[in-house]
Amino acid sequence: MITLTIDNKTVEVVKGSTVLEAAKKLKIDIPTLCYDSRMKPHGACRLCIVEIEGMRRPVTSCTTPAEQGMAVTTTSAHLERLRKTTVELLLSDHPNDCMVCIRAGSCTLQELAYKYGIRENRFGGAMRDHNRVDENPFIMREQNKCVLCGLCVRVCEEVQGVSAIGYAGRGFEAKICSPFEHDLNCEFCGQCVSVCPTGALSAKMWAGHPRHEGVELTETTCTYCGCGCNITLHSLGNEITRVSSRTDNHNRGWLCVKGRFGYEFINSEDRLTTPLIRREKGGALEPASWEEAISLVVDKFSAIKEKHGADALGGLASARCTNEENYMFQKLFRSAIGTNNVDHCARY
Amino acid sequence: MAGLAAKFGSGAMTNSVAEIETAKALLVIGSNTTENHPIIALRMKEAVRKGAKLIVADPRKIPLTKFATLWLRHKPGTDSVLLNAMMNVILAEGLEDKNFINERTEGFAEFADSLKEFTPEMAEPITGVPAEDIRKAARIYAEAENAGIYYAMGITQHVMGTNNVHAVGNLAMLTGNLGKPGAGVNPLRGQNNVQGACDMGSLPNVYPGYQKVDSPEVQKKFEAAWGKPLSSKIGLPASLMTEAMIEGKLKGMYIFGENPALSDPNTHHAVKGFESLEFLVVQDIFNTETTDLADVVLPSASFAEKTGTFTCSERRIQKVRPAIASPGEAREDLAVISEIYQRLNGEAVTVPDPEAVFAEVASLWPGISGVSYERLEEESLQWPCPSADHPGTPYLFKEMFPREGGKAQFTVVPRVISSELPDTEYPYLLTTGRELFHYHTGTMTRRSTGLDAVAPTAFIEINPADALKLGIADGDQVNVSSRRGTIKLPTRVSEIVPPEVVFIPFHYKEASANKLTSDALDPICKIMEAKVCAVRIEK
Ligand code: SF4
Ligand code: SF4
Ligand code: SF4
Repeated sequence: MITLTIDNKTVEVVKGSTVLEAAKKLKIDIPTLCYDSRMKPHGACRLCIVEIEGMRRPVTSCTTPAEQGMAVTTTSAHLERLRKTTVELLLSDHPNDCMVCIRAGSCTLQELAYKYGIRENRFGGAMRDHNRVDENPFIMREQNKCVLCGLCVRVCEEVQGVSAIGYAGRGFEAKICSPFEHDLNCEFCGQCVSVCPTGALSAKMWAGHPRHEGVELTETTCTYCGCGCNITLHSLGNEITRVSSRTDNHNRGWLCVKGRFGYEFINSEDRLTTPLIRREKGGALEPASWEEAISLVVDKFSAIKEKHGADALGGLASARCTNEENYMFQKLFRSAIGTNNVDHCARY
Repeated sequence: MAGLAAKFGSGAMTNSVAEIETAKALLVIGSNTTENHPIIALRMKEAVRKGAKLIVADPRKIPLTKFATLWLRHKPGTDSVLLNAMMNVILAEGLEDKNFINERTEGFAEFADSLKEFTPEMAEPITGVPAEDIRKAARIYAEAENAGIYYAMGITQHVMGTNNVHAVGNLAMLTGNLGKPGAGVNPLRGQNNVQGACDMGSLPNVYPGYQKVDSPEVQKKFEAAWGKPLSSKIGLPASLMTEAMIEGKLKGMYIFGENPALSDPNTHHAVKGFESLEFLVVQDIFNTETTDLADVVLPSASFAEKTGTFTCSERRIQKVRPAIASPGEAREDLAVISEIYQRLNGEAVTVPDPEAVFAEVASLWPGISGVSYERLEEESLQWPCPSADHPGTPYLFKEMFPREGGKAQFTVVPRVISSELPDTEYPYLLTTGRELFHYHTGTMTRRSTGLDAVAPTAFIEINPADALKLGIADGDQVNVSSRRGTIKLPTRVSEIVPPEVVFIPFHYKEASANKLTSDALDPICKIMEAKVCAVRIEK
């Protein structure tokens, strides 16, 4: 363990920790744009600068290892001036679009502009124009809002192992795109969307739904595969408008394309909305009331059991439904009907 | 499942997903993890970045091979020969964990004897894997401080699925890779709650918590709890139900949340079974191929509309919470099942409380008696979790195996081959599986516009050499026939499959691979041979 002081508070961290991690342990808030604890530090945005006793210049805390006896200052007039300038430079070629931007209200850049009170820009000048239409079905790219934090490139390479996107061009012309600027053709996990700190990356499916107003969040579990990812459903009334995932869960906020973007079936027009009964063999299924449908099931099951015995009935439970439903289903067969003819379709 | 439970006393994933990144070696066999368990695959990639050695055994060039230290491209259906040959090498080179074998296992002598014939040279022509690669794989796996095995339907959906599972179990036992972190034998579950459905007793031979229906004490316990006499006769497994329907032994069926008329291997046969029934009830959120055959269809709530729990692959029990109301008159499955239960029993109908139902299970299965909704509000828990202050169990068998005597059982795995191999009439070996963008029979994913846009049609993957031989170009429509049926679909000419092997994803009803596959059964655990069958391809 290593002991150091940050803003005159003492903290102990394991060897190999960074100054930023030590500060987080003390719950000291240092602004960042390109940092994500789930990936290797990058040191690109320069917002996390701190002063360390004995060093001539401020250093980026995300890339500086904590050392025994270090004395760190995270906030000073000088540091705040530098940070404000950094944000002003980022905003100098940024579209002033917050009113209609999908990310407003959860945008790190917008928060920084608010924090430093930046309204008029000292550095106004040429604006980049990198926007191009990408026809992929999932991911909306508005490159004019990109701050080159590199999080999307890193998550795609470091976490997803796909490397579908990279840097192109230099300096003012630098941008992030897929090879040869083709339409994105990747695993569409949306990891890049989830780490983007601005409105540069979003989901096409989010458009047209409220960003925050009236939206409720529900923590639940993905319905697709056995990974059991934790997801957050965003809903407005009875419509699911978005799926996200918190970074502090067992899947660390990562999801796959099905979990993140495969939710439209829930509000599909095709959903069954009323019981159906085939009133005569070979006839069509016709709408019925619950009372009629359940009575028919109970009568038929009773009659078959009466005539042929309980083992003439069988049930297939569902590996997609809940534990409680599965329990109740096998209990229905074993105890109310009296047979062990109960299984589910997928053994694995 | 039957395979692992017999050896270890439990059939679930022995270890946890988070531990994967601490493993020094990984063996992934019969699992296209990147596409079928994407988030588990992320941990595997992370392990590799941290220096773990990854062995991938798969006939197809699946995405994970890109990260592999060693890729064994064995022929479909030769998994157990490959594994046996690896174990032959481990014994020949003295790489086994003698302490573990002596103290924690039984049946070793006979088992070791059975491996003698499986030399890498004997396995090479059968599996198509060079003997030297088999040796390398054996050394990588056996020399690692902790090594995990991960598998899925690729090795279980075979006539010899149980043998394959025994073989992976043997391999872990031989090297002492059980009862410690980042190791173990890990079946990755295809659907979100396969683990939970098994745990809850949606199986013909066990009550909740794997308590046997043919054990008199267990029967007494459940009779007391449920207040009714119960049957001690083991029920029909799903794979034998079709035959029973056709023979008229099963007259009435109740299916909820599944679409077996499309997902069953040999769907013709399955459909015929459902048509023979006197009465079929199907409960689902959509019309499916199975509701088409039903006498009564009951509309369900989706997962976003209900309260309950799912148990994922790593035995983790987690809350499901409702975000929205169901459309129209659709109702939660629990309420519907419970109402039918109460009316059949002549009880008054009441609205069921999922929390009370869970508490009832916890009172009957000691493995989760420490789990409650109250705790699940704050955390998710991995069973066994026997008491309210127990933190849950990330990996199993630390001290003992839950079998009589507390030891794990070595099992002799003889040479068995697939029931249907290519011949002159049907010269290609078909394997089926899932793809990243769809799920199961596609009822949910194909209603999501984005997913359907990137993966709109079925296809058959065929090696360029075979395509050349057949005069087929990429995208050509072909007829694919097996002894059971014919489907028409476009080709994808690709190096992903080796010569003489073709692959079809099974999500598409308009070209359902399950019309081709076989329903030959594994004699022990009654899983159908959905994975391998012989086909002919014509333009
Ligand atoms: S990306 Fe952020 S700062 Fe830029 S327009 Fe959108 S909300 Fe505003
Ligand atoms: S969606 Fe996933 S694979 Fe595609 S670019 Fe983003 S991170 Fe990479
Ligand atoms: S998000 Fe993807 S990986 Fe996670 S549980 Fe859902 S389907 Fe599985």
